[in-house]
Amino acid sequence: MDWYMVLKAFVTGGIICIIGQILIDKTKLTPARILVAYVTLGVILGGLGWYKYLIDFAGCGATVPLTGFGSLLAKGTISEVEKTGLIGAFTGGIKAAAGGIAAAIFFGYIASIVSKPKIKKQ
Amino acid sequence: MKPIQSKEEYQTYVDQKTPNSPIIKNCFNAFWVGGLICAIGQIIFEICKMRGIDETNSYTIVSMILVFCSAFLTGLNIFNKIGKFAGAGSLIPITGFANSIVSPAMEYKSEGYVMGVGAKMFTVAGPVLVYGISSSIIIGIIYIIFNTQNLILV
Repeated sequence: MDWYMVLKAFVTGGIICIIGQILIDKTKLTPARILVAYVTLGVILGGLGWYKYLIDFAGCGATVPLTGFGSLLAKGTISEVEKTGLIGAFTGGIKAAAGGIAAAIFFGYIASIVSKPKIKKQ
Repeated sequence: MKPIQSKEEYQTYVDQKTPNSPIIKNCFNAFWVGGLICAIGQIIFEICKMRGIDETNSYTIVSMILVFCSAFLTGLNIFNKIGKFAGAGSLIPITGFANSIVSPAMEYKSEGYVMGVGAKMFTVAGPVLVYGISSSIIIGIIYIIFNTQNLILV
């Protein structure tokens, strides 16, 4: 196993999370807005073709944070546009990210059905 | 306790009582938890690669496994504790996305399975998908016109 790559993923992913933490502590952005900002940023960087350099460098350190999810949407869109033209702009993104989205919805649904809600202690 | 007389005295008293700006600690926790999640992802990725699964599918498998773990831990009320400790460290990776689906769904379960669980799942994930997908469509249309992939990073 390539442990050097694991280390690079650790450091890169950590730095991306630090940026998010600074945004939480220093600005009034809610977590939802930060997630939206990260995904949109990932789409833009992916669309420009720049994010793939970070993925080449850090592997999962770049794909696991939500910017990676955004760049996956952009990458899927662009490769589908090359195959089918304008239709690809609408089908490509979700097709590429389908695994993650479907897993999140399905596992999320199962987990929330099975689990018992905890009464909040204030 | 002796009464506080001057402004300076009060300031030192406040400095004594308030903990040091927690941002450094928060950032450190976010760094190692976020990094650890990414490192676990990379280990799963390497295992997939050793089994001969191609790169695109490996990345999908990594996010599916992480999403599953996160949903599972949220269901057991463990993930919120990690979230409280790590802040952005567990929010920014795809685990945070899964957590943001499960935790409102659990909370609003009493409102029923359709308008409770089904609708509230997307309180945070909905905007993420809306903006992510919309911007990816715009990127696709821009790409048709300008071919943005040819912009070279300096």
